[in-house]
Amino acid sequence: MSPKKKTDTDPALGKSLLHSMILQRRFEEKVAEAYALGKIGGFCHLYIGQEAVSTGIISLLRDDDYVLTTYRDHGQAIVRGMTPRSVMAELFGRIDGCSRGKGGSMHLFDRHVNFLGGHGIVGGHIPLATGVGFAIKYRGGDQVVVCFMGEAAVNNGAFHESLNMAGLWRLPVVYVIENNGYGMGTAVSRASSIKDMYKRGETYSIASTDVDGQDVWAVRDAMQDAIDRARKDYSPTLLEVRTYRYMGHSMSDAVSGTYRTKEELETYRKRDPINLLKAQLMAEKVIKDADVEAMEKEIAATVQDSWDFADASPEPPIEALYEDVLVETTT
Amino acid sequence: MPLITYRDALNQALREEMHRDDRVFLMGEEVGVYNGAYKVSKGLLEEFGEMRVVDTPITELGFAGVGVGAAMVGLRPVVEFMTWNFALLALDQVVNAAAKMLYMSGGQFPMPIVFRGPNGAALQLSAQHSQAWESWLAHIPGLKVITPGTPYDAKGLLKSAIRDDNPVMVLEGEMLYNIKGEVPDEDYTIPLGKAELKREGDHCSIITSGKMVLVAMQVADTLAKEGIRIDVVDLRTIRPMDVEAITASVRKTNRAVVLEEGWEVCGIGAQVVDYIQRDCFDHLDAPVLRVHQADVPMPYAKAIEKAAKPDAAKTIAAVKKVMYIEA
Repeated sequence: MSPKKKTDTDPALGKSLLHSMILQRRFEEKVAEAYALGKIGGFCHLYIGQEAVSTGIISLLRDDDYVLTTYRDHGQAIVRGMTPRSVMAELFGRIDGCSRGKGGSMHLFDRHVNFLGGHGIVGGHIPLATGVGFAIKYRGGDQVVVCFMGEAAVNNGAFHESLNMAGLWRLPVVYVIENNGYGMGTAVSRASSIKDMYKRGETYSIASTDVDGQDVWAVRDAMQDAIDRARKDYSPTLLEVRTYRYMGHSMSDAVSGTYRTKEELETYRKRDPINLLKAQLMAEKVIKDADVEAMEKEIAATVQDSWDFADASPEPPIEALYEDVLVETTT
Repeated sequence: MPLITYRDALNQALREEMHRDDRVFLMGEEVGVYNGAYKVSKGLLEEFGEMRVVDTPITELGFAGVGVGAAMVGLRPVVEFMTWNFALLALDQVVNAAAKMLYMSGGQFPMPIVFRGPNGAALQLSAQHSQAWESWLAHIPGLKVITPGTPYDAKGLLKSAIRDDNPVMVLEGEMLYNIKGEVPDEDYTIPLGKAELKREGDHCSIITSGKMVLVAMQVADTLAKEGIRIDVVDLRTIRPMDVEAITASVRKTNRAVVLEEGWEVCGIGAQVVDYIQRDCFDHLDAPVLRVHQADVPMPYAKAIEKAAKPDAAKTIAAVKKVMYIEA
């Protein structure tokens, strides 16, 4: 793992990053169970294996910054501060879900923590994030907006139109490419004419780089540069984070054996982001086995609590069907 | 009362609303330095500056989405499409983002955004520049769709659209920009969802909107000379449609013709006819007829383009048919 910056050497920080990553992992494992039992329906895209990305990026944000992401949004939602209860209840389609049961897995939203979704159309949210950046500049603020996307979205028209405007108008957007090697079942080499997705940013006059996404400290370093750049003079960044997902594209997708081999999956597991951080913290004597055990136990309880909460929450009543199509105007 | 053009009425609405609320800004191709492709935004860049009057690259999907994103965090964008034909490229943002955001977020993110621009045919602009988009947009829950047909309606409806906290689609018309009408100097708004009777009569209803309103008024004035009295119901808002105004008229006249700019199949008129047959079945003395564009992409050559479009002659023929009068 990378050497940590001076600001990152506080042991409490390392522990909190580890805690966050483990919480996301165990939460997603529980979600898989719930899906298999039929408590979660529709499409469900798990974040397992990519925890260093969500954690590394979002842990540096201020409360008044903004996050937009794809349908693979559970991990990012939790790091951003949405409670496991509100996320699980949304996945179960219950009224206490963050989107009141109206969105589901792909449409987690929480305006209290500036989590602006949870979007289902590949590339569709990239112009939205660009618009949030426009609004920040319009108001003369110094907030930053993070826009997560998969590497397959980089080939999409919406990406190009957005980055052109961000580069032209100088908007404080950090575009984060989570390159996990596959756009659903299609390997990057079969979908993209170039291998290094971040190079697309250079063509839009945007600072662009890539980073090892399994190393939470490296992700943080790269993200801090991007944040500084945005707050200083509204400069955007394109950051390609190389990561890997252990589960299939969604719960409907085979884990391996169709478009990727079991061997490939096992190779990537050797650089598991949680294990890497754990090993480092243990080597530095920041944590011991007993600490990890305690953490896992507490996290298991939190995750079980979110399940129990979700299960006890009622489904939206029939009246909810017609609610929130339009708002009553106030101006 | 001042007599001004539809174009100037829109310009006044934009100017007044941008003064009233500094969250309102205009964005689109050529809206700034060029003063607007159709000069609707003339003078606004000079008055408000380039942060509030934003010239965009030719990227409808991109800048429509920028507007939606800005609306998510509380700005009030007015996104101009140079014509609604180009908006086809942006429909993912209009439909999958703007229309659905409030609902799928469980009520957290209202969309106070306006998308506006000229709709439908002009003269010899050919197939790709001549489509009427009402029915595609009116199909979508979560959107409001308005079609002002006069300068007075244009100013009042656009102001309401900008003040509305929901996504409002404003369908104008290149052929309307030059028409003149009386428009008060002072601030006024017209509520969305309310039709207006532009002519009153008890023999037959013509239900219409947008560019066709002038045609319908001409038809009413022509037929009046023959003693035929027409109720012209100008919908003004396509979604939500003022069903009560439609049915009140048809219950009075017992006969109806729907005059619309778009194509027949699944056009707006089909919806109007559904409302009528549902609520006025026992009042009808004849089937409801529709006058609409020929079921073809718009051709270029002058005479066949004219033949493709709905017009006064076709409307008069339809009225006489439902009245069982010899044409």
